[in-house]
Amino acid sequence: MVAKLKPLAVMGNYKDPDALLQAVVEIRKAGYRYFEVYTPYPIHGLEQAMGLRRSRLPYISLFGGLAGLGTALLLQWWTGAVDYPLNIGGKPFFAWEFSVPVNFELTVLFTAFATVIGFLWLCRLPRWYSDYQHDTGFRAATDDTFVVSIESRDPLFSIEETRALLERLGAENVRLVEA
Amino acid sequence: MAQIAVEATPRVDREPLRESLVLGNPTLHDVTEKIAGIVDRPPTWKYWLTLSVTGLAAAWGIFCIGYTIATGIGVWGLNNPVAWGWDITNFVWWIGIGHAGTLISAILHLFRQRWRTAINRSAEAMTIFAVICAGLFPLIHLGRPWFAYWLLPYPNQMYMWVNFRSPLVWDVFAVSTYLTVSILFWYLGLLPDLATVRNFVQRRLPKAIYSFFSLGWVGAARHWQHYEIAYLILAAISTPLVLSVHSVVSFDFAVSILPGWHTTIFPPYFVAGAIFSGFAMVLTLVLIARWVLNLQDFITLKHIDNMNRILLATGMMVGYAYAMEFFVAMYSGNEYERYVFFNRAFGPYGWAYWTMVFCNVAVPQLFWSRRLRRNVVVTFIASILVNIGMWFERFVIIVSSLHHDFLPASWGYYAPTWVEVSIYVGTLGIFFTLFLLFAKYVPIIAISEVKAILPRSQPQHHVPVAA
Repeated sequence: MVAKLKPLAVMGNYKDPDALLQAVVEIRKAGYRYFEVYTPYPIHGLEQAMGLRRSRLPYISLFGGLAGLGTALLLQWWTGAVDYPLNIGGKPFFAWEFSVPVNFELTVLFTAFATVIGFLWLCRLPRWYSDYQHDTGFRAATDDTFVVSIESRDPLFSIEETRALLERLGAENVRLVEA
Repeated sequence: MAQIAVEATPRVDREPLRESLVLGNPTLHDVTEKIAGIVDRPPTWKYWLTLSVTGLAAAWGIFCIGYTIATGIGVWGLNNPVAWGWDITNFVWWIGIGHAGTLISAILHLFRQRWRTAINRSAEAMTIFAVICAGLFPLIHLGRPWFAYWLLPYPNQMYMWVNFRSPLVWDVFAVSTYLTVSILFWYLGLLPDLATVRNFVQRRLPKAIYSFFSLGWVGAARHWQHYEIAYLILAAISTPLVLSVHSVVSFDFAVSILPGWHTTIFPPYFVAGAIFSGFAMVLTLVLIARWVLNLQDFITLKHIDNMNRILLATGMMVGYAYAMEFFVAMYSGNEYERYVFFNRAFGPYGWAYWTMVFCNVAVPQLFWSRRLRRNVVVTFIASILVNIGMWFERFVIIVSSLHHDFLPASWGYYAPTWVEVSIYVGTLGIFFTLFLLFAKYVPIIAISEVKAILPRSQPQHHVPVAA
């Protein structure tokens, strides 16, 4: 294996959520933009500290819900009142009252699918390979460790300085991850 | 003001104001070890023994389903006027059991009830398996289940569409939506935990399987942000969904004109009963899992206490509905209505009625006492009795209303045959088999959620956000 390794990121591990949050604020103050934090469970206030925008997922869900409602109304009206009107007990061919249960169910069904598919799309999942997956410290992020990763594509990235910053911010096991 | 106060609070280890939700003060890694470890260890002989018993029951039930389909539903005890018997009773019972799972995972999430984290995963799994069992019954009851797809609106050579004015079609939409959304919700919640298991197990094949199903989840903060919103939205839509499903099931009865079924109280009455029976089944399952898998630190007496309170509350709602049905029948002045209810309590099926009242109204009254709410044995017995009582509730509603209708000349009596009993036992087998497989191969407790509620797992200080 003589292939030249490309630096991907400098990573540091934290065990304490307070120290993590403090470090993220400092990393952002230092001007870094391309960094990510990997945690075993959602940390309160982390997205504010990282300066993330609100998720756009609710709009996708709303769109799904409206599509479901539209589908349900159209389906019940067109099949019952247009394509094949069938008199059953003198009931109207279409009325909003009897359409409510199916309207509701299809709204919920389409919202659920839109939410899950939208979630996967926003997260770019499924993605069965991670550049970092061979790093033991990184894998601990699904167990008990918070991993801060400053990526090499950041304009401020420098192996020495970024490493020094994370060390100053109290990270353990600061390391360069290459591929 | 509030913000300053938070910043100024020094970090001290105070006595918690509330009883801790996780006992034994585990670290984050202990939680992983304990719950992912269940997946990693080979099953014990106890597990194989239970699985073979439930598997045998499931196989026998499936055989009897095959026998019914091959021969026709004449092998059941159904007659005229009792055209709905154990099959529809079981359908409503199973659907109702599913409701507690959604209640725990969705409604308690919206109400920020943190104690739900210990039981939500198994309750959601229970929902899915219960709805699968429920769905079997109307399909078999069709008589020609190979035409089940006629229930769906699809363009066909007959140029016919389904009748959207019929509650039975609403039911198809409600139950299939419920099953689908429950699976999506459950799987979304599982993603982070599957990733934890993926990184925990060492053996190749399990690692490959968990890798596949965890979809490459790595726990990035950007992903968690979308995840939490997705979870919240699914909880928000599941909440009205769970109320709608049993309402729609109750429309199957309430929209007809049969005395005893034709009542406006049915939707809320059915929903309360569903939650009541569902919590009873959650308690049954969770108490067994807690004992078999040694989860006493995660499923604590406080959890059991809380669930028993819900049992008490919903049990009294159901009791109120029983009383109100009688009052309305009396007050209606309608002689058929009055007769049906008198006959319900004192007629040929009176024994079923009083079993129901005893199990559903009397038994939960035990839980006024804190000592009994925290007694595992009492809770277990009571939960089984409630399951039985709620089965009888559906039986009473369906069969006692049907067997004596308007014309005395067409009155009849209904008793099940061995085939119906076997199919019911078979669905219990299918349900417990699926649950056992789940308990072994899927993290039975939501690992990431339990970690998030451990003491000091969240930042204690308010960090000023950089501008």
